[in-house]
Amino acid sequence: MAIGTALLSAARTPRGAPAAIVLVGVVFAAIFADRLAPYAYDMQSLMQANLPPSAAHLLGTDEFGRDLFSRILHGARISLGVAVTSIGASVALGLVFGAIAGYAGGWADRLLMAVVDLTWAFPEILIALVLIAILGPGLGSTAVAITVGYMAQFARLARAQIIALKGETYIEATVGLGAGHAHILLRHLVPNALTPVLVAGMLATGDAIVLEATLGYFGLGAQPPLPSWGAMMSAGVGQMFLAPWVIVFPGLAIAITVVAINLYGDALIDALQIRNRLREG
Amino acid sequence: MLGYFVRRLIMLLPVFLAMSAIVFLIVHLVPGDPIDHMLQIGASAERRQELAAKFGLDRPLVVQYALWLKAALTGDLGEAIILKQPVVDLILANLPYSLALGLSALLFSTVVGVSVGAAAAYFAGSWFDRVVMAGILMGSMLPSFWLGLLMILIFAVELGLFPVSGARSWDALVLPVLTVGIGGVALIARVTRAAFVEVAQQDFVTLLHAKGLTRRRIFFRHLVRHALMPVVTILGLKVGWILGGAVTVEYVFARPGLGSLLITSLGQRDYPVVQGCLLMLGMGVMLGTLVGDLAQAAMDPRVRDRMS
Amino acid sequence: MALLEVEGLTIGIGRFTPVQEIGFSLDRGAVLGLVGESGSGKSLTAMALMGLLPLIRGEVRAGSIVFDGVELANRPAELHRRLRGRRIALVTQNPMTSLDPIRTVGTQIDEVSRLHGGLDGRAAKARSLDLMEAMRIPRAAVVHGQYPHQLSGGMKQRIVIAMALAGDPDLLVADEPTTALDVTVQAQIVRLMVDLVKARGLALVLITHDMGVVAQACDRVVVLYAGRIAEAGPVESIFAAPHHPYTRALIGCIPVEGQARGTLIGIPGQVPGLTDYPAHCRFAPRCPAASARCRAEAPAPATIGASRVACFHPLGRGA
Repeated sequence: MAIGTALLSAARTPRGAPAAIVLVGVVFAAIFADRLAPYAYDMQSLMQANLPPSAAHLLGTDEFGRDLFSRILHGARISLGVAVTSIGASVALGLVFGAIAGYAGGWADRLLMAVVDLTWAFPEILIALVLIAILGPGLGSTAVAITVGYMAQFARLARAQIIALKGETYIEATVGLGAGHAHILLRHLVPNALTPVLVAGMLATGDAIVLEATLGYFGLGAQPPLPSWGAMMSAGVGQMFLAPWVIVFPGLAIAITVVAINLYGDALIDALQIRNRLREG
Repeated sequence: MLGYFVRRLIMLLPVFLAMSAIVFLIVHLVPGDPIDHMLQIGASAERRQELAAKFGLDRPLVVQYALWLKAALTGDLGEAIILKQPVVDLILANLPYSLALGLSALLFSTVVGVSVGAAAAYFAGSWFDRVVMAGILMGSMLPSFWLGLLMILIFAVELGLFPVSGARSWDALVLPVLTVGIGGVALIARVTRAAFVEVAQQDFVTLLHAKGLTRRRIFFRHLVRHALMPVVTILGLKVGWILGGAVTVEYVFARPGLGSLLITSLGQRDYPVVQGCLLMLGMGVMLGTLVGDLAQAAMDPRVRDRMS
Repeated sequence: MALLEVEGLTIGIGRFTPVQEIGFSLDRGAVLGLVGESGSGKSLTAMALMGLLPLIRGEVRAGSIVFDGVELANRPAELHRRLRGRRIALVTQNPMTSLDPIRTVGTQIDEVSRLHGGLDGRAAKARSLDLMEAMRIPRAAVVHGQYPHQLSGGMKQRIVIAMALAGDPDLLVADEPTTALDVTVQAQIVRLMVDLVKARGLALVLITHDMGVVAQACDRVVVLYAGRIAEAGPVESIFAAPHHPYTRALIGCIPVEGQARGTLIGIPGQVPGLTDYPAHCRFAPRCPAASARCRAEAPAPATIGASRVACFHPLGRGA
């Protein structure tokens, strides 16, 4: 099934439909945060600090009196933006490394896979912390950390797909017709290996949002006053007992988004019938 | 068994070298003079020279790495810039807390995960199976620091059942273990359930039924050992993952431990402490993988035979 | 009354009916051959006799299985379970996968006599060693402590048979017990099983696709085709004068070494899949003698000499 049709048919399943609606909503919020937000995300008003949810401030305010709802809308832009771009880069790099390793075989394969396995053995959060130690805290470092942290997964998956495809007869026939390596790799192997890697990338985006939030919460990711979902909670934790909504709502935004991504991704895997291919690698 | 153990250790050696090399390189990759990252500001010129000589900072990087690793392996990880004490002392002071949390979380994840997974497999397809598996799966997707904060709000603040933070008494461990554990429980329950379902379809199980054993006995006496093998493998592979969870959660509950130490030091750019913590955590992950391998070998006679 | 009486046995799985109205009877000391290609329903029949159909989501839809005077079909599962291993035992197809790979073969045999004979560990082991020796397993004491992967296929099948005998059963159901083995070992195992039947007064249901095995071992034979009986009768008369074209084809192509299992090179075509059983004679699409009538209705079994035959054009009778 083509990936476009699959996206639609996954959105029509009982699991996929609510998830798809939530995801469209989150993406919409991220894109139009400026217009949708009732207040500017950095507008302070110390008179209105730590207010509970009300008609004026739907989700309450934080310690500086900033409107939480507005910050969460802008947070969607940052959290989603960082996660999507970093995973995009991670998928692209993983695909390149995995395809080269799987196609070339031999020492190139062994070398690349040794590096990949090395990062595979360690949890993403540790890899991210090492990179942040080198690059210093910030949103850019977070993006690099996500890119590097998840790359092993995509490289392994791409490599397994390429190796499986390489043995198929139509590829051998193409070789017999005198096609060059670049042609075979780019026109035949990579397009066929793409679908599972993209779907894995989509699922990893959920994990990346969590990782970004975690680093943000540690104060190692987005820096104030930028309202990433995790960074917001980092600032709010001091007032947690006074104003629990500062912790509850941004976390809820993460929870809803991540669960929706996983549910929709799962429906997509079924629509594409690639559950077994995803287990390879 | 011993031969296998030694072989596994040798196989881990390059991983250890690569891991430690990366940790070593941190101070060299950070912009600026490495020596500035190892000493507090305003250190005397003699102190600088002493350190430069000790780590051979004028010699090739490989030699520097060798000197650093040799010092690290003999327990010399340098001195903390902010806290002004030997990094080894800091690590030794924090390690017991991390071990307590990590091992309790591991134990909790395994016991609860295997029980839930086994029950779900035994009642496969029932509402219990569906609801419980979906519930813990969803819980495992959420950021653990947030779950930790919610638990503090609910169980510590609202209900007053457990301490909000710290590690002064045993009950301070309950919420952190639950927080780290939910991811582990979800993972292990899923693997356990899948393993039971898979092994139940094997031919030899038909023969167990043909012997006249009851389903319960087949399930809990015979299939358990088979189902636990993939669980052990996954545990070995994911020990680091559970440890990673502990890093986050220590910080949330303001518990002392390697994770808290690491994150605080990262914020303060206290590189010697960062390096020491990362080295310890990396070794913890590798040790977990090794133990997982050995446990699997001990459980499966086929693996035992293959490796001798 | 015979030890085992099966009548009108019909097995369903979901909306399919892979086995329809099979019947036979079997006395102590006798061997019944259940013959057919893959997909003929012979393994399902074995599962029904063992009461293990629920494992594959199957059920007995109609008919009866009377064992030693007790009806077993559609009775509480517990009734059947109490008979399993003790009075009815199973020898499965593939000895490579039939044993638990992570327990010693000895403990797997011991288990049966501990469970059904109430023996303690030591007595169970002694009994297992006796059985292993009866199965002509050399160095039984050593093998007792070995794991399945350390033994050859033939040796594993001897272990499986020893395990089946450990409960001292009256009825043995052997589902293709030799198919996975080398030809030389096959003959030994079949010989061993026939000897056991005669020596211990067992009844044996021997399921196979190999008419050679039937000729060597069986007293009576039931030929199945696509879930129905094609022909049934005493082995001598069936071999001397097969009446069903399918039986004759089976005899004509007794498998030889190297041939894929469950296939019959002598008969072109395949057993129809469950989803497309024809309403008429199921063998008609492959039958050289099929007529318009064969493609319109299903033949009922009729008696010809010592045999029962379901065919409109039985051989040796003219058309």
